[in-house]
Amino acid sequence: MGFEVLLKGSNLIRLFTGILVALRISMISVMLSIVFGVIIGSLMTLKKPVINITGKLYLEFIRIMPQMVLLFLVYFGTTKAIGVNISAETASIIVFTLWGTAEMSDLIRGALNGIPTIQYESSYSLGMSVRQTYIHVIIPQIIRRMLPLSINLVTRMIKTTSLVMMIGIVEVLKVGQQIVEANRKSSPNAAFGIFATIFALYFFACWPISIFSKYLEKKWEN
Amino acid sequence: MDLEILISYFPRYLDAFKLTVIIGCTGILIAFILGIISAFSIHFKIPIMSQFFRVYIEIFRNTPLLVQLFFFYFGLPKLGISITSEVCGVMGIGLLGGSYMAEGIRSGMDAVSESQRESALALGMTRKQMFFHVIFPEAFSLSIPAIVANVIFLLKETSVFSAISLMDLMFTAKDLIGLYYNTTEALFLLVVFYIIMLLPVSLIGNVIEGRVHYKMFGA
Repeated sequence: MGFEVLLKGSNLIRLFTGILVALRISMISVMLSIVFGVIIGSLMTLKKPVINITGKLYLEFIRIMPQMVLLFLVYFGTTKAIGVNISAETASIIVFTLWGTAEMSDLIRGALNGIPTIQYESSYSLGMSVRQTYIHVIIPQIIRRMLPLSINLVTRMIKTTSLVMMIGIVEVLKVGQQIVEANRKSSPNAAFGIFATIFALYFFACWPISIFSKYLEKKWEN
Repeated sequence: MDLEILISYFPRYLDAFKLTVIIGCTGILIAFILGIISAFSIHFKIPIMSQFFRVYIEIFRNTPLLVQLFFFYFGLPKLGISITSEVCGVMGIGLLGGSYMAEGIRSGMDAVSESQRESALALGMTRKQMFFHVIFPEAFSLSIPAIVANVIFLLKETSVFSAISLMDLMFTAKDLIGLYYNTTEALFLLVVFYIIMLLPVSLIGNVIEGRVHYKMFGA
């Protein structure tokens, strides 16, 4: 079946380091996306036409472009256009942050717009200051709405990082390919075992996170 | 940007575009059917089938398409199941999409209020009539936003087909960059063709969503 290749040499450890590369890229991008997403999402609720139109264009472009195309644009396009040579890992972090920011800002905007004006008015009439209103009333509600969805974004981010092998980053799929190539003679069935293992690795990286997000969603459902 | 190069590349992109659209649409159709079947069996708790589809949904929603394609295309032949890259692409989109569609349609079904069901039964409808005339139409319109989002997502996912050497838009762009080194032109056409493919879907989706919303809430 080709699973014996896993135990040869340091193959199993190499696969794990591969998935760690993918996880690292997605974690950095998620952090950056949350920061930028909150900023852009709140700006979008200000109802300033210039900001809104720019935001909409950016969102729509990112929404309809496959992440792979964005990766190619940033990785190959920037080199050609501005003559800056960025590493593949930087390129992928830039792309995933751009994408994550778009998704995140849309979530934030939706959550902010979803809070009825009466919430603000009631807190002001209770004598709360603007700062108190946000800290004690608005932000807790937003976090409740946002958290399950942003955790979902993490799993999507992890799944999308599998694309980075296409611009030459050595992550788990690439390592898998290398192992299969190296053992072509000694165990011709390696491809099945290796790719089944990678399948399982991704599954066990994402599954607990999505269960957690579902649990939060259920728990906070009013 | 050189216009002559753009024109000379155009036919290759057009072929790739057709292939991407054909495989994408076939896959989405399969995904849709699979999604309805699994949502149906999970919602009505049909024994065995509902457990089977639950496992299927969890597995395919939590793994990337690229990994699935690698497994089908390079892994399965070792067990004696050989498939062409086209079949593999359709299968990948179909199975991945099925799990996403199932979630979307199921949440629509769950959102149909209990009183609708009870009223239908009280009016003397059979369970079958209740499902086809009351629950399904309502659930379907409730899940349209999710379905549209999934169609866009799946069409975007077709971009990973190049990994299993299917001559899609991405493959063409990569090939042309490698052959002639006209990066700007190749990337420009790539973006243009993806916009041609996805912008109409996104716009039509917005219109349909608006109509459904109008029909349901009247504003």
